[in-house]
Amino acid sequence: MTGAPVTPELEKGAERAESRRGFLIGSPASAYLVLFFAIPLVLVFVYSFASRSSTGLTVLEDWNLDSYRRLLDPLVVEIFVRSFVLALITTAVCLLASYPFAYYIATRGPGLRNVLLILVMIPFWSNFLVRTYAWRVLLGSDGVISQISQALGGESIRVLFTPPAVLIGLVYGYLPFMVLPLYAAIERLDWSLVEAARDLYADGWTAFRKVTLPLSMPGIVAGSILVFIPSLGAYVTPAILGGARTVLMGDYIVSQFLAARNWPFGSALSFAVMFVMLIAAMLYFRAGARTL
Amino acid sequence: MERAAVELVGVTKRFGDDVTAVDDLELTIEDGEFFSLLGPSGCGKTTTLRMIAGFEFPTEGSIRIHGNEMGLKPPNERPVNTVFQSYALFPHMTVFDNVAFGLEMKKVSKADVEARVRRVLDQVQLAQRADARPSQLSGGMQQRVALARALVNEPEVLLLDEPLGALDLKLRQNMQYELKDLQSRVGITFVYVTHDQEEALTMSDRIGVMSNGRLLQVGDSHEIYERPTSRFVADFIGDINLIDGEISGSGSVRLSNGVEIEIPAGHDQSGSVTLALRPERLAIHRASDPPSPGRNHMKARITRRTYFGDVYFYDVDAGFDQPLEVKEENRPEIGTHDVGVEVTVSWTPDAANLVTD
Repeated sequence: MTGAPVTPELEKGAERAESRRGFLIGSPASAYLVLFFAIPLVLVFVYSFASRSSTGLTVLEDWNLDSYRRLLDPLVVEIFVRSFVLALITTAVCLLASYPFAYYIATRGPGLRNVLLILVMIPFWSNFLVRTYAWRVLLGSDGVISQISQALGGESIRVLFTPPAVLIGLVYGYLPFMVLPLYAAIERLDWSLVEAARDLYADGWTAFRKVTLPLSMPGIVAGSILVFIPSLGAYVTPAILGGARTVLMGDYIVSQFLAARNWPFGSALSFAVMFVMLIAAMLYFRAGARTL
Repeated sequence: MERAAVELVGVTKRFGDDVTAVDDLELTIEDGEFFSLLGPSGCGKTTTLRMIAGFEFPTEGSIRIHGNEMGLKPPNERPVNTVFQSYALFPHMTVFDNVAFGLEMKKVSKADVEARVRRVLDQVQLAQRADARPSQLSGGMQQRVALARALVNEPEVLLLDEPLGALDLKLRQNMQYELKDLQSRVGITFVYVTHDQEEALTMSDRIGVMSNGRLLQVGDSHEIYERPTSRFVADFIGDINLIDGEISGSGSVRLSNGVEIEIPAGHDQSGSVTLALRPERLAIHRASDPPSPGRNHMKARITRRTYFGDVYFYDVDAGFDQPLEVKEENRPEIGTHDVGVEVTVSWTPDAANLVTD
């Protein structure tokens, strides 16, 4: 092959070899995803059309849409709306809390910046379940918040087992997923653009609104999706902090599979949640892309 | 508005304890002038520009624009606009919105904004591209958008930070003429920062040469090139021969190779001096030619000849540590000289400058 003149055939061959290499490099990941993601997903999809015997067994015959029809049951809609609203609020709170913090980190010197980033990531080093249980201690009727209230002459406060407790837990758990993409977006901002806005008579706030904010939109979109999607399907946090009265989508789906033994309905619920997430993410991406 | 456009009085800028970016700068830029700050990178020219714009504040000293003290005024309250080195065009806005930005901030009426933006885009020949995004434009077009975005506000002073640096050579030369034309048309004071001596020489009414935070010399292109006062200015701008010598009488210097020569009148230095001589002001003669009256002469030998097309560069050994550089035009009547030939080098006394270190 060495010394042979280059021909179109030779070049095509090289291109094919290149794409073959790419496929080989990607194959372990592809195999993993097919085995543990695509196939189970197909199974769930198939199950959502199956029927259920009187003893709670899933029967893979009599294919029907009953499970999807049940999604419109007012009880299901209520749980769904509650989860949706809570996920929205979680995302909004995370965004409002993270933006100034991410901005602060991104505008520090390299030394302090790395320390702050490590601090953001430190919670990941301990188990999520343990950290969520810690909130149980903090939010309970003899927790820190309650003790402060009592020390100030107020009443004992129990936040635990209320929707705000779930909100606190979710915000706490997903905050880093908002901070990191925001940081990445703000950090690569070209600051001469902000200077240009100031030079063109914008005051500090206007320059932020007209330049910094729109240009950090990719970080806002990425962070919001990273927080919104797991919040909508959250199971652990509501189960530990929410108590029996705040049933959310995650709990409800789990209960269909375990307690109610209604796998077809559980599968239909899962698909409904996925569908909503997909639509929400698409709308959000499109809105984000428009500002750029 | 008879007052100077920009006055810098004792301006010093320190970053931290040990970095002095600008050191006790005294400078007056006249109204309507094209003024260039010229120097190598890190000489403090950009910091000076940023202090005029309001992105940095002087550690000491005062900056006045048309007599008004700028103090700690933020950039948005100063009557100046900047053309940034990287253009800093807003990537998420169209060309029109970029140019309209300043006017909208100043709450100019919609109809006026429209008219003024259209007019200035016309001026920079970008009327057709008003709806394009900056990323869809070539470097030269982006440069003109940046210019239009600043000029549309009719600032009292326009600050330009190496605006042609990112363009290729041909485009850069064209833009030099365009910028100079534009400046004389609009009559706005330009403060132009560059490290490119050719740019500074061809465009400026006056040039300030900076080095290590200090302003070394201010003058028009002619003065800066022909009459440098310091070794740095002589060396930074164009090619130069720097020759050490000793004052040996009124109007004469004994050079370090032992030759005694005449120097221009009016110098009052004594002791060691440095003589600066431009290569194109030296002439090479055959050793047998009779000396021409009124010129300094020196025996030398050609050690190297380099062909540049329009000119020849000769290195000649005249007994100094360094060879002298001589530049001669490529014209048949001047002729060429071969390497190794003994020659005479001559120059008129007023071609030489005494420079300080």
